[in-house]
Amino acid sequence: MELVVFVLAAAMILVGAIGVIVRSNPVHAALSLILTLFGVAVMFVAQNAHFLAAVQVIVYAGAIVVLFLFVIMLLGVDRSEDLSSEPFKVQRPLAAIVGLGVIGLVVAAVVSSRDAISVRGTGLNVADTLGDGDTNIKQLARSVFGDYVVAFEVTSVLLVVAVVGTVLLTRRVKGSGKDT
Amino acid sequence: MTSLIGLDPIAIGDLIWAPLLIILLKVLVIFALGLVVTMFMVWFERKAIAGMGNRIGPNKAGPWGLLQTLADGIKLFFKEDLLPDRADRFVFKLAPYLAFVPAFLVWSVIPLGGDFSNGKDGLVEWFGHSTRVQLADPPVGILLFMALSSVAVYGIMLAGWSSGSKYPLLGSVRASAQMVSYEAALGLSIATVLLLAGTLSTSGIVGNQGGFTDWHVVSTGIVPFIIFMLAATAEMNRPPFDLVEAEQELVGGFNTEYSSIRFGLFFLAEFMNTVTMSGIIVTLFFGGPQGLFDIPIIPGAIEGTLWFIAKVLVFLYVYVWMRATLPRFRYDQLMDLGWKVLIPASLGWFMLLAVLRLGRDEGWNRPLVGVISGAVIAGCAGLMSVAVRTSRAKREREGVMF
Repeated sequence: MELVVFVLAAAMILVGAIGVIVRSNPVHAALSLILTLFGVAVMFVAQNAHFLAAVQVIVYAGAIVVLFLFVIMLLGVDRSEDLSSEPFKVQRPLAAIVGLGVIGLVVAAVVSSRDAISVRGTGLNVADTLGDGDTNIKQLARSVFGDYVVAFEVTSVLLVVAVVGTVLLTRRVKGSGKDT
Repeated sequence: MTSLIGLDPIAIGDLIWAPLLIILLKVLVIFALGLVVTMFMVWFERKAIAGMGNRIGPNKAGPWGLLQTLADGIKLFFKEDLLPDRADRFVFKLAPYLAFVPAFLVWSVIPLGGDFSNGKDGLVEWFGHSTRVQLADPPVGILLFMALSSVAVYGIMLAGWSSGSKYPLLGSVRASAQMVSYEAALGLSIATVLLLAGTLSTSGIVGNQGGFTDWHVVSTGIVPFIIFMLAATAEMNRPPFDLVEAEQELVGGFNTEYSSIRFGLFFLAEFMNTVTMSGIIVTLFFGGPQGLFDIPIIPGAIEGTLWFIAKVLVFLYVYVWMRATLPRFRYDQLMDLGWKVLIPASLGWFMLLAVLRLGRDEGWNRPLVGVISGAVIAGCAGLMSVAVRTSRAKREREGVMF
């Protein structure tokens, strides 16, 4: 059962991820991204992390990609791009090298830690250690608002700074003729 | 596997024939019920609005025009299905389903009945198996509703974009901005309920609302309910927040280019959303199937359903009433209400309830805590209004029109 869910979700994730790169129309690429995000949400559910799955859909699919699409529609860049022209020549070989490097690193990490994974056997049995869904959420809340509260608050400050900075940068004062 | 289906005891253990059949039956009943209820909702809305406008309304098809929606549906099926030349074919065909399916799925987490009186947990016995009168009771229940409502944005947004025409695009840009803005207020007002209920599962939320004073509309103070009601109306794009399909400005809004049954799906989704949103409001704030008093003779489980239907009907009427009486918001008024009133108000109220709760747990002096936090919130509200006023004055000085 778990294998079937995994295969289906993995297929969703991969098809979506490839679609994001291959599709020449930005809106189609964003839709492919949603497919990937849903695949990840399914993976979370299969791992008993219901809360993360719900948050994944609400935040990523429900807010962030909506904003992507919003910007795409508002700027009117929703036409197909010509993928053959390349303004920045080095970028594709460079991307290929970096991509291969990342794949190599991940494979190396998995291979070198294979013994550790097999020692643990079935992995962390989340359902047993955490009980029902509610305690799962409580546990998450404890670590976010308890153990890691400083990191959490600093991250939120960072986000606020980013928002304020963006507003300041995009604000135009009429009459002065240039951005302030 | 059990966790995928949720806390419903019927789904725990081996899925042998009887439980499986009961679950299938529930799916079928809820699907059919959803369609029939939506059909009558359309009729009810047209009839009630006609009454308020001093007209007769549908009166030809069936008794009191009850079958009008059915007739309209059959007509829509046989109309020509147009596909605009400049449309993005795949997305254009996908969008109606993205609107329709989430509207339907919300049904699955609403407790439609069951005996919650005197602290019972709402389980009923069907054919020797105890189960809930709701399709699924996942541990993240109410978050599923949030997730589905955020997916529903795509239906409207992509419908407008893929039509390849100007007015639908304007409608869909409005829709995405509006729905994302109001989702924040919606979520924050749900958070106050969750603070009291201490659980995300919808049956748990209902179980927490034993008597009238425990109904969340009373125990959270009435503010989160008002915020939720407003935000939900905006989320569904119903009047007075229906800028998405403002007929006078955008022809028909996001669904201008749709015809035939694809338009029918949008139409159905909109009305089904009204019904399910009323159900969610009743579940969150009005105790769902919990009754005010015990109806004699009728057994507990059916009584719950009766109470639920009665409460939902009240909200359906309120929505129709709002549509018939309130003029549409202007776009900047809509955004001002969402960002400058509803979100700060819901945040402030959430903090207030959290402090009161903490004070109760820690044994602080209750009146003192109330007074101090009230003063802090009043101070923040004052600062907020000063900030809004200053920035508006500044904009006007710079010559911006709104």
